[in-house]
Amino acid sequence: MRIELVTAAARYPDARAELPQALRPLNLHLAAGEQVAVIGPSGAGKTTLLALLACALRPYAGTLWLDGLQPWQLPRRALQRLRGRLLLVPQVPPLPPRQRVVAAVLAARLPTMGLLHSLATLLHPRDLQPVHDALARFDLADKLFERVDQLSGGERQRVALTRTLLAPASLWLIDEPLSALDPTRARQALATLVGGARERGVTLVATLHQVDMALAHFPRIIGLRDGDLAFDLPAAQVGPERLARLYAQHEHELLGAAHAHPAEPLRAAPTLAQRC
Amino acid sequence: MATPKPTQAALRDPAWLPRLAWIVLGLVLLWPLLQATEFRPWVLLQPDNLRVSAHFLGSFMPPVVEAEFLVMVARETWRTVAIATAGMALALLLAVPLALASTRVLSISALSGRMARAPFWLRQLLRWLLILLRSVPELVWALLFVRVVGLGPTAGVLAIALTYAGMLGKVYAEILESGDTHASQTLLRNGSSRLQAFFYALLPGNAGELSSYTVYRWECAIRSSVVLGFVGAGGLGQQLIVSMRMFEGGEVATMLIVFVLLVALADRVSAALRRAIA
Repeated sequence: MRIELVTAAARYPDARAELPQALRPLNLHLAAGEQVAVIGPSGAGKTTLLALLACALRPYAGTLWLDGLQPWQLPRRALQRLRGRLLLVPQVPPLPPRQRVVAAVLAARLPTMGLLHSLATLLHPRDLQPVHDALARFDLADKLFERVDQLSGGERQRVALTRTLLAPASLWLIDEPLSALDPTRARQALATLVGGARERGVTLVATLHQVDMALAHFPRIIGLRDGDLAFDLPAAQVGPERLARLYAQHEHELLGAAHAHPAEPLRAAPTLAQRC
Repeated sequence: MATPKPTQAALRDPAWLPRLAWIVLGLVLLWPLLQATEFRPWVLLQPDNLRVSAHFLGSFMPPVVEAEFLVMVARETWRTVAIATAGMALALLLAVPLALASTRVLSISALSGRMARAPFWLRQLLRWLLILLRSVPELVWALLFVRVVGLGPTAGVLAIALTYAGMLGKVYAEILESGDTHASQTLLRNGSSRLQAFFYALLPGNAGELSSYTVYRWECAIRSSVVLGFVGAGGLGQQLIVSMRMFEGGEVATMLIVFVLLVALADRVSAALRRAIA
């Protein structure tokens, strides 16, 4: 899916009026199939940007274009159909505790299922090979019929990520996919997401706290700070100074950036970190 | 470095005075209410009244256990359970669609800010319908239906169906709203329909509360179907009022015992169901 943001700003509807906008006017263009990581300290507007792209939040100013359509000009039914073509994976896994993994994963297909089909699937799930294979890519194949509340936090997060591989979406918006995963699983999960998106030609936007992972897996990096676009560059051009400036006063969040460029160790961050 | 000693004022609980004021206000409001209801419980303990109570309770002994009577009680008990269950089934048919249509958490327009005007007023209207259904007591509905369809269980079933639809619909909608809505909001945001979001997120998230409330309401329906029997809507209640009018204390006692057993059974069913779903 092609994305275009034209001087789009965002503000949460229930935010106090004197607070600054969650996202200040921003221009962004993403070609179909492009893969972008959004980085920046907490409160920079990363999640807000995803909500804006997911048509979950209406731009406060400016315009959003998805595949040449303005979602907010569409009738509500058409907007809901458009939402079926994008997949927002929130940071907290959106899984009801009593549900089984198989239903939680198959929920990704709801936009293309009729009501009767989705009820039948709930009663007697069929055609489980793709579900099994998708779970296997996140190392969860043996959890197919487990209940969600019997999984660990990391397993739940991977179940939520498994939805991407089954969703009929052409845009994946993934918020902090690695926040509950250990480093090995995190690498595996990110490789699966990036690879899966490439196989399907899906546009992928992920927010990440692990700067080293972002630089290693994504060709294009967007840095956000205090609701402003700090930079929008190919990963190769994102150097340590830029990162230090992006995370100034938030150095403890600059996870593992030192490993990203072993040749040029991060100079600014460690000294600053000692002050914390 | 030691922290400076806090002053007395800093250690005073700021919530204490408002709390005290609310308690005093509550007591002050309670007094006129007790006056208005002529609440004088000590009347119960006056010797004359004690004698009357003792005589009334004494007439309950011994409970009647003749075979013929017990068969009749069993039949009427079954009818009472049937009235309550049929009434609940009808109430569910009405309450579930009303709850789903009136609950805010399944609003698609409210996903991004405020609910649109038309769905807002539709939900408001359905809420008023639910209020109307449950604000008329089932006894009044029963009196009405006894006139229309005649004496018998049909009136009881219809009365329970209408009142309980109002109660169930309101409480279902509130259970759905008070639970965690993250899963259902995510599904709606990803383009699923309201009913799909209900079946794939809200129902598994709230099944325990919904079913335990439903069983509790079923228990209430059994109790209220007895009361409805008093006005001629059939079942155990109709026999109970007849025996009371005839001063057959033994028969009343037997039926009350059966009644206690019924409610205890409903309680067990509810506990088992909750265990099964949890």
